[in-house]
Amino acid sequence: MSEMKYLLFMGCTIPYRLSSYEVSARKVLNNLGVKLVEMPEFNCCGLPMDIVNHDLMLTLSARNICIAEREGLNILALCNGCFSTLNETNKILKEDRETREKVEKYLAENNMSYKGTIDVKHLVHVLAEDVGYEKIKGTVKKPLNQVSVAQHSGCHILRPSKYVGRDDPENPTMLKNLIKLTGAQCLNYAGETECCGNPIIGVNEEIPFQLAREKLNNVKAVGAQALITVCPFCHVMFDANQSRIERAFNEKYNMPVLHYTQLLGLAMGFTQEELGISELRVKPTIF
Amino acid sequence: MTESKTIKNDEMNPNFKYEMSKIPGAERIMLCYQCGTCTADCPISRFSDFYKPRRIARMVQFGLKDRLLSDDHLWLCSTCYACVDHCPQNVEPASIVRALRNMVVKERNKMPLVSRELATSLLKSGYIYAMPESRLKRRVEQGLPPLPKTNVKEIERIFKVTGFTSLLENAKTFEKVAK
Ligand code: SF4
Ligand code: SF4
Repeated sequence: MSEMKYLLFMGCTIPYRLSSYEVSARKVLNNLGVKLVEMPEFNCCGLPMDIVNHDLMLTLSARNICIAEREGLNILALCNGCFSTLNETNKILKEDRETREKVEKYLAENNMSYKGTIDVKHLVHVLAEDVGYEKIKGTVKKPLNQVSVAQHSGCHILRPSKYVGRDDPENPTMLKNLIKLTGAQCLNYAGETECCGNPIIGVNEEIPFQLAREKLNNVKAVGAQALITVCPFCHVMFDANQSRIERAFNEKYNMPVLHYTQLLGLAMGFTQEELGISELRVKPTIF
Repeated sequence: MTESKTIKNDEMNPNFKYEMSKIPGAERIMLCYQCGTCTADCPISRFSDFYKPRRIARMVQFGLKDRLLSDDHLWLCSTCYACVDHCPQNVEPASIVRALRNMVVKERNKMPLVSRELATSLLKSGYIYAMPESRLKRRVEQGLPPLPKTNVKEIERIFKVTGFTSLLENAKTFEKVAK
């Protein structure tokens, strides 16, 4: 098997407010023999700009892809939003000649040109497809047999399926399988593929709070002891905002929300401290 | 929404649907047959009385450009892409909403305050947030590699060549959209 080496695309939100995701991801990937190369240069993937100017998003995104092409490495994104933006841009530029010509013109301002030589993957795809379930299983030293959790894959690693197309968007299984490898039980619940609502929180809090409340209710109803996420935006919605949601609806959840890499890290035998568990707002007491 | 429910003849711009169908992602607007799958599966529509993707598709077909561009509910789409995956006609309602939002910015000089803030930071530093010094120090303590730097000159050029620099300078902003 060829060496597993990727260009790490961390995005803006993880270094800004969720270093626990970065810290734990680096630990478990290293333990699995996945080599991460730092971006030699970076700009935001472009996602937040899509709603105001699609061409701006495409060009910002394409610039990052060009950097990865120069390095000769596939991109590994930890954030659903970064993955979706870079992957969509990559597919559009590969398939749509007219758009490609336009974006090439913009890139030329910076003496860059798109080649179409790399692939973009999310952490979940790298773990499920490239590392493989067998190898991950081999690194589990302390199976979490006593724990039951639920997963929230988030929208942007599933849809739109015409660009993502890796997992089943109606019944996603990758994250569930990855969770089961840790020894934990992964419980099914109502509305698993529903959106967390975070993308519109800047203009309206009410609807995202309603959506997150529904999710937390559904997850709690099946007896999950924690919710597992793989996206910084989903995580912020359920963890950092949980106490505000509790207050807004007069509910009590006390639902810990872990990055998948923290769950896997615990099963690998890393300490809570090594995985940034104390940085979570809702403290897990089950591990 | 305070506007009248009656649509007047002179509000309808018959060319608008053609204008829209030239925009990437919105090409198939004329194929919408109003089945309502998008609205039924839209998480936002469940909580908003006004944000309905089927309705937006119909308004585009009717050429109600003015009503569409002056309705802030456009900014409630959370880009979950359920509508894109489920539309039996491959209309891509979310892409149509994106095209309309882009049009609001370009033709009405208006964008959400949060978008202007994120864009301003991106233009200055490559990141959508201003990374505080304390966080960069903390990375060193945690043994994390330094954050990748940005070539600000190149970002400036991208903003300029896509026409966004002037849009950003002149945009009026709004803060909240009621559901
Ligand atoms: S699902 Fe497609 S065809 Fe049906 S109403 Fe929505 S946009 Fe129109
Ligand atoms: S992408 Fe937007 S319009 Fe489509 S279902 Fe999701 S929130 Fe609704």
